[in-house]
Amino acid sequence: MTADIAPERGLIAEGLIAEGLIAEAGQTKRFLNRRRKEAGLGYLMLAPSLLIFSVFVFYPFFKNFYLGFFRTPPFPGLPARYVGLDQFREVLTSDYFTNSFRVTIVFALLTVPAGIILGLLLAMVANQRLKGIGAYRTIFSSTVATSVAVASVIFGTLLNPQVGLLPWLGLTTNPSILENPKYALFAVAVTTIWQNLGLSFIVMSSGLQAIPDEIIEATEVDGARPWTRFWRVTLPLLSPTVFFAFVVGSIVAFQTFGQIDLLTQGGPIDKTNVLTYAIYKALRDQNEGKAAVLAVALFGVTLLLTTAQMRILERRVHYGN
Amino acid sequence: MATEFLKGASAPAVPIIDLVVSEEDRVAIAKRHKRRRASVAIRYVFLTLLATIILFPIYITIVNSLLTPLQIAARPPLFFPTKPTWGAYSDAWTAGHMSLYLMNSVIVTFLIVTGQIVTATCAAYAFAFLEFPLKRTLFIVFLATLMVPFEVTVITNLTTVVNLGWYNSYAGLAAPFMATGFGAFLLRQAFLGVPRDLRDAAALDGYGHWRFMVRVAVPLARPAMAALAVFSFLGAWNQYLWPLIVTKDSRYRTLQIGLRQLRATSLDQVNVTFAGVVIAALPLIILLVIFQKQLVRGLTAGAVKG
Repeated sequence: MTADIAPERGLIAEGLIAEGLIAEAGQTKRFLNRRRKEAGLGYLMLAPSLLIFSVFVFYPFFKNFYLGFFRTPPFPGLPARYVGLDQFREVLTSDYFTNSFRVTIVFALLTVPAGIILGLLLAMVANQRLKGIGAYRTIFSSTVATSVAVASVIFGTLLNPQVGLLPWLGLTTNPSILENPKYALFAVAVTTIWQNLGLSFIVMSSGLQAIPDEIIEATEVDGARPWTRFWRVTLPLLSPTVFFAFVVGSIVAFQTFGQIDLLTQGGPIDKTNVLTYAIYKALRDQNEGKAAVLAVALFGVTLLLTTAQMRILERRVHYGN
Repeated sequence: MATEFLKGASAPAVPIIDLVVSEEDRVAIAKRHKRRRASVAIRYVFLTLLATIILFPIYITIVNSLLTPLQIAARPPLFFPTKPTWGAYSDAWTAGHMSLYLMNSVIVTFLIVTGQIVTATCAAYAFAFLEFPLKRTLFIVFLATLMVPFEVTVITNLTTVVNLGWYNSYAGLAAPFMATGFGAFLLRQAFLGVPRDLRDAAALDGYGHWRFMVRVAVPLARPAMAALAVFSFLGAWNQYLWPLIVTKDSRYRTLQIGLRQLRATSLDQVNVTFAGVVIAALPLIILLVIFQKQLVRGLTAGAVKG
């Protein structure tokens, strides 16, 4: 069907007959008709997706830049004032944004590497021949059944100073952990790591199991010690999986919202005010201009992150067969 | 591979070779066996310790949902419900509106999963089996949607949904997620694996594109379809930001947002909060037990090469 009209008409026609496209040779007109019909069907099949994407992805994406040019009036009802790039400059250089940006990065650094390392550890531990290992695997992957909200409400209640378990364990902070500027972000990070552990374990396990047994056995025969084997053989072969987990994990970390909303509401004193929560707050305060600038920043950071990670990591990742 | 991971590996059968073994060797072998048995025991202890740490938050949630608020606040805490009370569940179910939230979650998730599968199947079919101008450009447009986090589009989407009259409705909750670039990509890869000869043979049999898609291509791409279904199910079920801002009362709130409401009630009903958490987590746990295989494939789609 991809064949263009070539000099050897006879050949093409033969092919077309074989494809059941046209009944007789030489009827290129009907063939062209066919192609036009096929193109029409193609567009028709793409239409629903394209409609949704235009309305709910591309239009709002570009609208952000536009909204950022207008300052939202202090009182509703007044017209928004065009301020050009002023609002971008103002918001992006403010302490509020700098803080939010730093909090987001610290949160990603707290959750992503730890999540990958713990997932890998669990996968290594569960990847051995023992009776009943299946039950352990099920338990290790169990937190995929929890949503962000489920995990946050569980941890929020367990960390509560009145009904929680920390005081009983002798771990008291003043103010309580989720209201403590020093520890609040850490507590949110622990909740997140726990919630993601099941997913991390599943991803790392499939990566491990994709490594052919012969390779591991060969190194065993060679007498490589377990530690050397891990660093020299397993980890390099696992690097595509780790790379994937790193990229996706970072992007997800930059979109963290539910945990913050349920555990700290961005507080205390903006110490957990991640970018997405800042967008939500601006939107709740009906300050669309500011929210739009923050959204553009979030997009920029995500884009930068993805490209940078691709560049830096892809060179070191082992994609061998 | 990925799908086999939950089965685990069975203990290998060690062939026992009868040889003449000296007494010294016998002692050495016995020693080695003893050491191996000790190392196996240590492994089990380690595994159990990890399992306990991971399960503890879930376990204590279930226990607390069966206690009275006074018992929950007791110190030292009760780690086992000696006289379980089930009142918290009925409170969460009716007074806490969890039944309503559950139904809303089911409806919205169903709409999104169905919508994504239909739109992604059509788009993937077009990309895999049809020829038309601008095909490559349009494919890049689909992939570009993956670069835009939903949080970035949320501001205008709220305005759009309000203007469409869909604020606080199932339509508003589901509409932005009815198409998926990731799903179209995933299914296109699966469709490309369908042998071309099959298309030709089907055409000879007088199958049009629609019939070929439904009767041949979709059944052959079943593993990828299942993976997409799981993936979009989890995404839709766990959504938080969008249902939070696009609903205003319990009539359309989903489970995740319902939990937020339940948590907001006073601490002397903390057992109801715990019961609500169990109710919210249960459907997913049941589904995951049934669809373990598909789940692993769905979650690792694209993670592992080959």
